Amino acid sequence: MTKHKLWRFLFYFLITAAAIVFLIPVYLVLITSLKDPGAINLNSTWQLPKVWYWQSFAEAWDLLAPKFVNSLILTVSATLLSAFFGSMNGYILSKWRFPGANIIFPLMLFGMFIPYQSILIPLFKFLRDTGLYGGLPGLILVHVVYGLPITTLIFRNFYAEIPDDMLEAAKVDGASFFGIYSKIIFPLSISGFVVVIIWQFTQVWNEFLFAVVLTKNNSQPITVALAQLAGGEAVKWNLPMAGAILTALPTLLVYIVLGRYFIRGLLAGSIKG
Amino acid sequence: MADVILENVYKRFGDFTAVEDFNLHINNEEFMVFVGPSGCGKTTTLRMIAGLEDISQGNIKIGDRVVNDVPPKDRDIAMVFQNYALYPHMSVYQNMSFGLRLRKTPKDEIDKRVKEAAAILQIEELLDRRPRELSGGQRQRVALGRAIVRKPKVFLMDEPLSNLDAKLRVEMRAQISKLHQSLGVTTIYVTHDQVEAMTMGTRIVVMKDGLIQQVDSPINLYDKPVNKFVGGFMGSPAMNFLTGTVKDGILTSEHFSVTPDAALKEKLKPYNGKKVFVGVRPEDLFLVGETEIPEENHSVKSIVEVVEPLGAETVIIASVGSDQIVARLDPHAQVKAGDKVTLIADPEKVQAFDLDSETNIRFT
Repeated sequence: MTKHKLWRFLFYFLITAAAIVFLIPVYLVLITSLKDPGAINLNSTWQLPKVWYWQSFAEAWDLLAPKFVNSLILTVSATLLSAFFGSMNGYILSKWRFPGANIIFPLMLFGMFIPYQSILIPLFKFLRDTGLYGGLPGLILVHVVYGLPITTLIFRNFYAEIPDDMLEAAKVDGASFFGIYSKIIFPLSISGFVVVIIWQFTQVWNEFLFAVVLTKNNSQPITVALAQLAGGEAVKWNLPMAGAILTALPTLLVYIVLGRYFIRGLLAGSIKG
Repeated sequence: MADVILENVYKRFGDFTAVEDFNLHINNEEFMVFVGPSGCGKTTTLRMIAGLEDISQGNIKIGDRVVNDVPPKDRDIAMVFQNYALYPHMSVYQNMSFGLRLRKTPKDEIDKRVKEAAAILQIEELLDRRPRELSGGQRQRVALGRAIVRKPKVFLMDEPLSNLDAKLRVEMRAQISKLHQSLGVTTIYVTHDQVEAMTMGTRIVVMKDGLIQQVDSPINLYDKPVNKFVGGFMGSPAMNFLTGTVKDGILTSEHFSVTPDAALKEKLKPYNGKKVFVGVRPEDLFLVGETEIPEENHSVKSIVEVVEPLGAETVIIASVGSDQIVARLDPHAQVKAGDKVTLIADPEKVQAFDLDSETNIRFT
């Protein structure tokens, strides 16, 4: 074997090993969700189920379905709103420089670094005082606001790549502030939107802390319901495992459908069109 | 179609004055070129006329209307940008019709105008393509087409050819000139390339450091530069400058002695005994035998350093003391590097510039 081939073999060996390590939890979740509750015990944790038991998925779905709908409403609204406002912010901050823009932008970015926990109590009081506590609209508002720093940053950098000349040409052609946005900026930022939508969808869908603190029973999203599935005594492990798979499906689906645009969006600007 | 008038226009960015006291009357149907080195304020001035830049002081009129506070879209202008600024997500047809669609022009009228413009520019077969599928020259044609279809009162062009390669630039230069002749729309054209300025302009504005140096026809600018800057900027190879002393109307130094014509001699009277810049264009220098001007009193002693036979002419670079000069000679001139040659300067074409103000003494 030449030295080159040896290195190549070692390389593939190492990445395969790493992939296996990363996939162990997925394997556990999958096989446990497909076992009869009676057959789950520590001794046979790693073994494949003797009988394939699909029942857990139906059961978990019955328990999670209403919360799944909540999550869908929450995530879709919060994602679209934060993407839209982030795109407007990015447009203004990159193309309509106004006095004070250099102060406002860093301040907005600062929002990214504020830990959720530190603002939990004032946030709770604010939502209670405005009558938004307990329902989905309040949680949507929180996620939109918390999403703005990152969406603004992504769009601002994305728009910095669009030459000013093009917008000036549009101005001379007769486009207004919003005309330029809707006819030039927006159509050019589809891949930016894909990046932001995947990012925000995943963030909002997976978020637990705000969800558990700021919503009441009927409005709870799926992450809270999933925690409750695993919460009791004498847990039937097949159920939360099946629930976890169901919960993870939408974000996986979004990535599978939009993923290739995601990579392209992240690379935007590095290759001239 | 309209006149464009700038009255005492200033542009300041903080403490920096980009354009200072700019006064100019551009006539209807004129092709006016703004030329100057980068940072001279020519593009800023164009952008002020377009309305893309506020003016700090003064008035800009298009036709009879003061447009100081009129937004670009209502100034009835069309602009062509250096990097084309086409909309990448639209087809050529959509790019060209964008302005008309925004103005709610009827569909068949849009169609008619786009097809007309496409025919003039020979881009009919490209109408369905996207900008990224076009070459640089084609993109620039589309950018021109986008301006033409609007039928504006004024065309503004900001270095539209500087991204093209040399051959295409010459081609497009002719095309823009032809376009101007057939459409007759007032055109303001910004460039840093003096050849473009000379070949295209009806009149040329030469700018430096935010100030107009001279406004004149190409040939007058070339023959009668008001100062050393204009003399040096217009023309390629550039005008030669040597430092000499005025002695009884004769421009002299250790290496040369040139007697100017009577007109300049008269103007040089107050400069007797003083130093001046002597300016001679490369084509106004001759070898002995190439001209009937006598060698005596018109000679520049030089040593040839480089000979460039170009076929139509031979250009030599020669040293005069510690200075260098360039001369355009007969293609069959027998010179080689290292030769000591005497060049003869045309007395009627010699210019003299004041050492401090650098103004052309002949035309003051």
